[in-house]
Amino acid sequence: MTTAAVERAWSVLHGVPDPEVPVLSVCDLGLVREVLASDDAVEVVLTPTYSGCPATEVIAQSVHDALAGAGFDAITITTRRAPAWTTDWISAEGRRKLRDYGIAPPSGDAPVDAGVQPIRIRSRAVECPRCGSHDTERLSAFGSTACKALHRCLACREPFEHFKPL
Amino acid sequence: MTTSFAVELTPPVRYVLRWADTCLIHAQRLSEWCGHGPVLEEDIALTNMALDLIGQARALLTHAGRLEGQGFDEDQLAFLRAEGQFLNLTLVEQPMRRSSAHSPGGDFADTVLRNLLLATWLKLAWQRLQSSSDAELAAIAGKAVKEARYHQQHNADWVVRLGDGTDESHARMQAAVERIWSYTAELFVRDAVDAAAEASGLGPARDALATDWRREVQSVLDEATLKLPADVPFLSTGTNGVHSEHLGFILAEMQSLQRQFPGGAW
Repeated sequence: MTTAAVERAWSVLHGVPDPEVPVLSVCDLGLVREVLASDDAVEVVLTPTYSGCPATEVIAQSVHDALAGAGFDAITITTRRAPAWTTDWISAEGRRKLRDYGIAPPSGDAPVDAGVQPIRIRSRAVECPRCGSHDTERLSAFGSTACKALHRCLACREPFEHFKPL
Repeated sequence: MTTSFAVELTPPVRYVLRWADTCLIHAQRLSEWCGHGPVLEEDIALTNMALDLIGQARALLTHAGRLEGQGFDEDQLAFLRAEGQFLNLTLVEQPMRRSSAHSPGGDFADTVLRNLLLATWLKLAWQRLQSSSDAELAAIAGKAVKEARYHQQHNADWVVRLGDGTDESHARMQAAVERIWSYTAELFVRDAVDAAAEASGLGPARDALATDWRREVQSVLDEATLKLPADVPFLSTGTNGVHSEHLGFILAEMQSLQRQFPGGAW
């Protein structure tokens, strides 16, 4: 393994977009857990976001194609489930890009392993990515992809998506 | 391999297939709601939950295939096993919405109630499976537990909203509890497969989930002003491969593509 090859592979991966949130790279999302490379061979360890995320296979293929395009010959894509992906792995850069794209980055109460709560106190509202107001409400617990929920801002009246903390 | 085959059902394979098939058949039932949800947000919610469950089932089936050792993959196990080799809870194969001659009963009340009961049960199982002696099973559980928790909370919200809602919504939630409840005994049966899994550290026996499940479900039903029916001497047997009349219809639809185009892939 050479440091130069690993660095080259990482720089290629930073240019591979997530198919469902194309403003983010697979690295911004924290999906690339490890890269092992020698001069022309590379192994990339990916972790899935949600169990049923339909983009998982597309991501593996995109990563493979990008590395092949950059001249790597022997490319191995490995899936590693543990430790389970968490939105905490989305980089600061990734959070900024999400907000600029109109998606509120993960925030709010961190999920905890308590029992079910029959009645919940309204959690701290998600910040509107357009106007910055906290006067927002959740419209739908599930959204256009497994990782997002739908909200709206009561100040600027715009709907927006929230990347669910996981 | 394009015809039905027999999987060698050793205790660990049975154990993993029970979780896998329960997730798979529940997801198949949930997907019947696609395009038919009472409101758009719930249409999306039900299919999103189905997608999570299918993802969990795929990982578990792949793992069951490895444990079984004859080289069956997730697709072969899902699409080519015969009815008697499916080991899901009988509960998940019961009709969930009034859609066709093959799914004559059920409504949205049944759906959110069943989702609550199953998500609670699966969450408690995933929590314990995270410390399985089987590293792959533990890894699958580590991801799935987060998904089950979200499903549980979402459906608890609905059970409370409808149960403690109007006279009509309350009556329909209560009717759903009475239709479904007798199938829940199977969630906590302890048999030789459970005992072997518990002894080897593979995962929890079903009866070990009972106390926490009852407490969590009861707290939601109390808030929803719903009453539990009396227990009846009925025990369903889907986890032993002996199913109600409904599973055959589900499989006829779910497996039709592989039966018509053997070996077809995409």
